[in-house]
Formats: sequence, C-alpha cells, structure tokens
Amino acid sequence: MSPLTQIILLPLLAAIAVLFIPRGRVALIRGLALAATAAAALLAVNVLLGYDAAPAGPGGYRFTQQAPWVASLGISYFVGVDGINLGLVVMGALVAFAAACVAREITTRQKEFYFLLLVMTGGILGAFSSLDLFFFYAFHELALVPTFIMIGVWGRGDGRGYAAYQITIYLTVGALVALLGLLALYFQSGAETFDLVALRAHVAVNPLPAAAQHVIFPLLLFGFGILVSLWPFHTWAPAGYAAAPAATAMLHAGVLKKFGLYGLIAVALPLLPEGARAWLPVLAWLCLGNILWCGLVAVRQQDLNLLIGNSSVAHVGFAFLGIASLTLLGVTGAVIVMVAHGFLAALSFALSGALRTQAGTLGLARFGGLLARAPFWGAMLLVALLAGCGVPGFGGFVGELLTLFGAWRSLPWFVVAATWGALIIAAVYMLRGVRLLLHGPAPADAPPFADLRGPGVKAPFLVLLFGLLSLGLWPRVLSDRAAASVAAIVAAATQTAPTGPAAPAPAAASLR
Amino acid sequence: MTLQALGIEVVLVLTGLALLLLDLVTPPERSRGLGLAAAGVVGVLLAYSLSGAYAPAEPLAAFDGRFVLDGLAVFFKRFFLLAALVVLLLSVDYAGQFGVRATEFFALTLFALAGMLFCASANDFTMLFVSLELITVTFYVLTSYQRARTASLEAGVKYLILGGVASAVLVYGIALVFGAAGTMRFTEIAARSAELQHDRLFQLGFLLVFGGLAFKIAVFPFQVWAPDVYEGSPAPATAFLAVGSKAAGVVLLVRLLGGVAPDLALKWEKLLLAVGCVSILYGALCAIPQRSLKRLMGYSSIVNGGFLLLGLAAMSQAGAAAVLYYLAAYLFTVLAAFAVAAVVIQAAGGDDLADFAGLGRRSPLAGAALTLSMVSLAGVPPLAGFIGKFLLLRALVEQGGSPGAYGWALAVAVLGAAIGFYYYFAVIRAVWWPREATTQPALPLTPVAATVCAACIAGMLFLGIYPAPVWEAARRAVAALRLG
Repeated sequence: MSPLTQIILLPLLAAIAVLFIPRGRVALIRGLALAATAAAALLAVNVLLGYDAAPAGPGGYRFTQQAPWVASLGISYFVGVDGINLGLVVMGALVAFAAACVAREITTRQKEFYFLLLVMTGGILGAFSSLDLFFFYAFHELALVPTFIMIGVWGRGDGRGYAAYQITIYLTVGALVALLGLLALYFQSGAETFDLVALRAHVAVNPLPAAAQHVIFPLLLFGFGILVSLWPFHTWAPAGYAAAPAATAMLHAGVLKKFGLYGLIAVALPLLPEGARAWLPVLAWLCLGNILWCGLVAVRQQDLNLLIGNSSVAHVGFAFLGIASLTLLGVTGAVIVMVAHGFLAALSFALSGALRTQAGTLGLARFGGLLARAPFWGAMLLVALLAGCGVPGFGGFVGELLTLFGAWRSLPWFVVAATWGALIIAAVYMLRGVRLLLHGPAPADAPPFADLRGPGVKAPFLVLLFGLLSLGLWPRVLSDRAAASVAAIVAAATQTAPTGPAAPAPAAASLR
Repeated sequence: MTLQALGIEVVLVLTGLALLLLDLVTPPERSRGLGLAAAGVVGVLLAYSLSGAYAPAEPLAAFDGRFVLDGLAVFFKRFFLLAALVVLLLSVDYAGQFGVRATEFFALTLFALAGMLFCASANDFTMLFVSLELITVTFYVLTSYQRARTASLEAGVKYLILGGVASAVLVYGIALVFGAAGTMRFTEIAARSAELQHDRLFQLGFLLVFGGLAFKIAVFPFQVWAPDVYEGSPAPATAFLAVGSKAAGVVLLVRLLGGVAPDLALKWEKLLLAVGCVSILYGALCAIPQRSLKRLMGYSSIVNGGFLLLGLAAMSQAGAAAVLYYLAAYLFTVLAAFAVAAVVIQAAGGDDLADFAGLGRRSPLAGAALTLSMVSLAGVPPLAGFIGKFLLLRALVEQGGSPGAYGWALAVAVLGAAIGFYYYFAVIRAVWWPREATTQPALPLTPVAATVCAACIAGMLFLGIYPAPVWEAARRAVAALRLG
C-alpha cells in the first residue's frame, strides 16, 4: 500500500471511528483527531524525506498505487506524487494537524466538528494525491461540503448564514463547471480514461482539436478560478473566511483552495496547450485584479479577518501570474507560492481565531499594543504580517520573486504592476495591521486578551512557522524537486504541435 | 413459455386477491401480519428475479408479443420489486395512521406493483395503457387512504382529476398513433419508424403520449400535482409514488424513445432538453422556501424528473444507462427520506422541518439516514447520488461536442445542482442544528423501520463506493435499444 493511501485513509477512518464515540467523550474524540492528523503529517513528511530515494513510477510520479474501480468508464484509484503535488500534500497534512490543534476553541457539538474536520482532511489529501481525474474531483467535493456546514453551524458573526450560502453556491458552481471541463476533456481526448498520466501520454501524441481546446480551457480556467477566488469571482472568500471557525478557514484558505491552482497546472496546461496560449493572456489581466484590486480593498479593512481574507485573495494572484507566464521559473514560483501561502494563511487565521475567541471581536480599532501585552501571539502575528508583504526569509518571498522573474520576459508590464502590488500595497495593508494591532497604546475599552501559554497551545503556530521559514530559508527542498516536473509541464504546454484532425472525432450518436 | 415470462406478475396478482380474501377472516389487529406476509412474498419474488433462473438469455414474449421480458424489463422489475418491498415494510409500521383496516393498502400496493411490472414489459400501446391505468387507479386510492385526513382526501382528488386529464391525453395520443401507423405493436411501429417520423399525425400522437408519460415522471408542464399530492398522501404511498410510479414512466419513455421511435426522438432532442431544463429550474426554485419535507420532496422529484429527461435527451446508450443508474440511486435515497418521514409523522403528527429538529440526537440512525439521503440528493461523494449525477453529466457532455442546446442544458443542470445544495442542506440543518432549542424525547425506531433505514444507508453507500456491478447491469439492460 502506498504511504499516500495511508495518508488519505487515516483521517477518513478516524472520522468513521469518531461517529461511534459517545458525544460526551470530547477528550477522546479530540485525541483521536489529533493522533490521526499527526500520524498523517508524519507520514507526509516521511514521503518528502524519502522522495528522492523512491523509484519513479509511471509519468515520473512516485509512491504510486493504482487499482481499477470502474473499468468500463476508465476510472481507477490512482495516487502518486511528483514535485508539484508533493509540497501540497506535506503542507496540507501539517496544516490539518495545526487545524486539529486549533479546534480546541470549538466548545459546542465537538463530535460533529471533529468528524467534519477529519472528512475534510481526508478529502483534501486525497484530492492532491489523486492522479485519476474522477477521484481528483470527488475528493475535492468530499472536502468542500464540510466547509459549508462548518461555516453555517460553528461560524461567527451575524453574516455567517449569508456567508455560508454564498460560499456554497459559488464553490458548487465552480466545481461543477470544472467537472464539465474535465468531462469534455475526457471525451475530446478520445483516450477514454480519467488516468492523468495516460491522458498526458495520449495527448502528447494526439493533441485535442484546437477548437475544442478553446472551449474546454475556459471551462477549466473559470471553474478552477472560482475555486481559487480569481478576480472577479472572489467575493465569497473574504466574507466566508471572516465567518468561518479558525480551523475551517485554515484548511480551506490554506490548502483546499489550492486545488484549483493545482488543477490548472497539472491538468489544464499540459493537456490543453493551444487553449492555454489563447486564454493565459486573459488570466494575466485577471490576476492583476487579484493583486491590485483586492490589495487595495485590503488596505481599507477594519476587521483583522477581512484584512487577512482579502490579502489571501491578493496573494493567489501571484500564483496566477506565474501560471500565466508559462515559463519554468514562473510556474515553479507558482508552486512555491501555493505551498508558502498555505502555511501563511493557516498561521494568520489561527492567530486571528485565538484573538477572536478571547476578545470576541476583531475590529482593528479596538486593539493596540498587543505586542507588549501578548508577546508570543504578537510576535507570531508580526511574523505572519511581514511574511505577507514578502519579506525575505519566508517562503512567500521566494515564490513571488520567482513568479515575477518568470513573467518578466513575456509579461513585463504586468510584472511592473504586480510588483507595485507586492511591494507597496501589501506593505501598506500589512504594516497598517501591525501599527493598529501591535503598536501604540491600547484604547481604554480594549477587550481583554491574555497571551497564549503552554506548549500544547503554541505547538500549531510553531509547526506552521517552521514550514514557512524552512521554505523561505531552504526553498530548494521544494524547488529542486518541482523543477523537473514543472519542466515537463511547461514543455508540454509550449510545444507547437500540429493540432487538427490528428485526434479521433468525438464519439457521436450513430443516428446523427 | 408464457407462464415463465409472466410468473412473477401472476403470483403477485394472486397474492393480492388472497390478501383481500384473508382479510375477511383476519381480525383487524392482526392485519399487520398480512402486510408482513405480502412483503415476504415480494421478497421471495425479488430473490427469484435476482437469481440466474429468471433473467432469460433471449427475450421472452407473452400475449402474442405484447409483453416482452428482455434485459430492460428485468432491470426494472428488480427495481420495482425492491421498491415495493421497502414500501410494504414501511406501511406495516405506518398502518396505525390509516384509521381504517390496512389490508387493502397492502393489496393495492401489490396491484400497483403488478402494473409497474407490466409497464416494464409493455411492448404494445394497449399493454402500455392498461398497465399505466392499473398503476394510476390504484394510486387514486392509495393517495387518499387516510380517509379521516382532509389533506389526504385532497391529495387523492387532485391526483384523480389531473391523472384523469393525463390519461385522456395519453389515450388520445395512442389513438392518433394507431391512426397513423395502423398498429399498436411497438415492434411493428419500430420497423416503420423511419417513414412514420415524417407523418404529422404520428408526430402529434407521439407528442401526446409523451405528455401522458410526463405526468407520471412529474415534469413540466405536467408537474403541478406532485407537491400537493406528495404532501397530502400517506408517507408509504408517497414513497411508492416517488419511486415506483416515476420509474414506470421512465421505463416506458426509455422504450418508446430508445426502442420504438428513436428517429423522432432525435428530432425532438431540443424539446426534451427544454422540458428537462424548465422542470429543473421550476422545481429547484420552488423548493427553496418549503418547510414540509414531503412537499420539498415533491419539488425535488420535479427536479430529478428533469435530470432524468436530460439523460434521455442525450439519446445514447451511455445516457440511457445513466438514467437507469440515476433511478437506482434515487430509489435508496428517496426511500430513506420517506422512511424517516414516516417515523417522524407517527411521532409528531406532521412533517414540518421543525418536527425533525434534533432528530440526530433523538434517533441517530434515522438522523443519519435522512442526512445521507439529502447529501446523496445534493450529489456529494461518496454517495449514490453523486455517481448518478456524474454519469448523467458525462452522457450530456459526450453529446456536447456540438454546443448549443446541450450547452444550455448543462448550464441549467449545474445551476439546478447548485441550488439543490441550498434546500437539501436546510433539512440537514434542521436535523442536527435546529434554530429552536428542542426538548423532544428520544425517538425509538421499530425493528422494521430500523432495518429499512440501515438497508437504505447501505444501498446509498454501496452505489456510491462500488458502482461497477449496477453500472454494468444498467449498460447491459439498455444494450438492445436502438441508440448511438
């Protein structure tokens, strides 16, 4: 059994086990959730450490495992990692552990919450490990539904009901549009398989007709784009995260959201090169919407969660820019941005969750001088906000720099604009947050807030900080491994292969 | 030969008659036993139909070819028998609500089942009409069986009037088809369908027949009855109406569109798509504000009728097989919902969402069954409904190589599915996280209800996690149709 299968199954089996524990035994339920996510995280780290030594399987993927599921539909259970999803699986497992730790703040209906958290974790890890497009989609859907329920039931603020329904409708539509794109891809390729590796091999020889690519690529671009809060389909994100419990926001903003980016890189680019050439310029314009527009919106926020939520939407713009550049540097940068932003978003939402639990509010004007009153929490937030404006030493810096370098040759003016977004706007909103929350005197009516104490409470923050720092100080842990996989994808996406009647015509009803 | 093909139907009708006779000598308090006996007979027949002895290698015919036992018929007969088994078990528990002796309810359920089995095998317009009427007329009684409840009587009257109109439309259509083709037999019409498709009279007749069947599967513009009748009828009757009666309409449509006049159906694909799309939007939008679970299921039934029609409109083997799979998934999903509704109605007297408040704590099994049912209806993995929707969308996209009508249909399907999350999750919310604090006591399930809930959960999970066997069976069932 591949360690990836174990990583997926552990949280799911723990979720089933939670169902059979009486609801009064909260400590046992919580312990089980912590143990399952910790074990999955350790296994994931072990996969990272053993990655180079593992033999490369089909398509350059490692730790693969394949079993037929519905042969006549071309669906099989197929997992494996390459340099691109390796970082996502490891980051996802670490964030899931941190989220389970932070879920301590949940004080009602813990049994249901941990059940949903574990299902979400299993779905996330399954989606990023799957090399079969059916399971890729199904695992994502499995992880998505708990998000809606968690926001609706354990969410906070008056707008939580609206936020829950907004996020439900947006993400369901996005996922279904992406599904239509995947199905169209499946039929038009003529390969009759959902196996990503087989599809890539098939498409390399028989490219899809250009006309089909021009239709399918936008389906995937906007379907996946809605899931990643691509401007102008981003409005669900800040509101949804502001209302969500901390653990949910960490898992969704940090990890699950990257599903769309990963889908664009691993599925859309290599399989639809012609469509990519036609539509990536559009993506380049839209990503400026993320970087500049949402950055400017973040500058005006009066609530810490909305500030983080908008800045998180702005940050994924860099991943879009890297993808739009379609260069080795740019896409590698996008891969690093995805992982680094995962740690960063999770850390930020964990911190804001801790503040909200104690203080009951996140209004920026209500606080002041928190760095002195709560040194650990304040230092962590300082780190998170500085990492958010791209200070060297954190993973985000490396990733954003690479995307800017990668995009320079093909999209110079976009890089100029994006640099403004990265260096100026991000600095303005992040430093504004630092000044209002951490420095200066506290207002007279400041809500009480005691610092985080005890190793158990601090652990999740330290885990996330460790991930952020190690990626920033030693990016080669990811970039070296990603480069080979990204090179293959960029080569597939930029090849000027003849398109046209080489592909077999799609199956049509015989009577037509 | 004939007896082999008709064995199950004959046994069923005789059992129904025997029940009515036995009722004369059985004291009222023992009539539940008769229901269990009926369920036992259906169970045995189901086991027989699943055994290798039943499914013929070559299609069998009876009544001079008016009745055919082929792969499609066998698939649907198993479906109907399973549905009726669950419905009978539900009604045994529910008998206390009727206020009158329950034996006739059991016997009528068997007669309706026989009608459905004949529908599955109908190979002639006469057989089609007679078997459909057998279903419809028995349902007039079943829907109004709770004579003391005005709502039930109202449901029966509405079903009677609208069903009568639909039957009239159907029989008028059949007359026109006969006038154009000179025969009632499907095989003879199929042989001449290429020339008949240009005949205006034949086209009008076929359109009217389609209208009559649209009533059965509750799609636009024959959908108005569904919410009222679903809400007013006794829960087991609603369950049978939602699953069995709808599937009877579907099997006839599959046979007519796929086997008898595929040429005409291909010309009408835009009509089928349009009807499907309007049904999906109508049902989905109307379902949002509903507070009665049975009424909600009525609108949901319209949505699902629309989805089934989209699958048929694809006019491909994959589309027809997807429709069969979708129905199989729908069976467990809907029966789970109505099983729980029946339990709650017996305890609380109503099926307002407030009556389901805190059900997850009052009865974990019933809460789980209803939750999984709603999640499956919304189309979330790893449950049956997800695979059904996936297969349907797959069949539609396969035809979507030529965009246009299919593009719109897909857009509507996506929208309808997304809205579905909204109203299905409202039920889940009521079950687990009621807005109002609830202090209602625990709700113990009878062994029968518990078995039904557990079986439906198992069915939803099985079809969601291991779809291969049923999918292959569905593909084999439609293999003989004249589809692309």
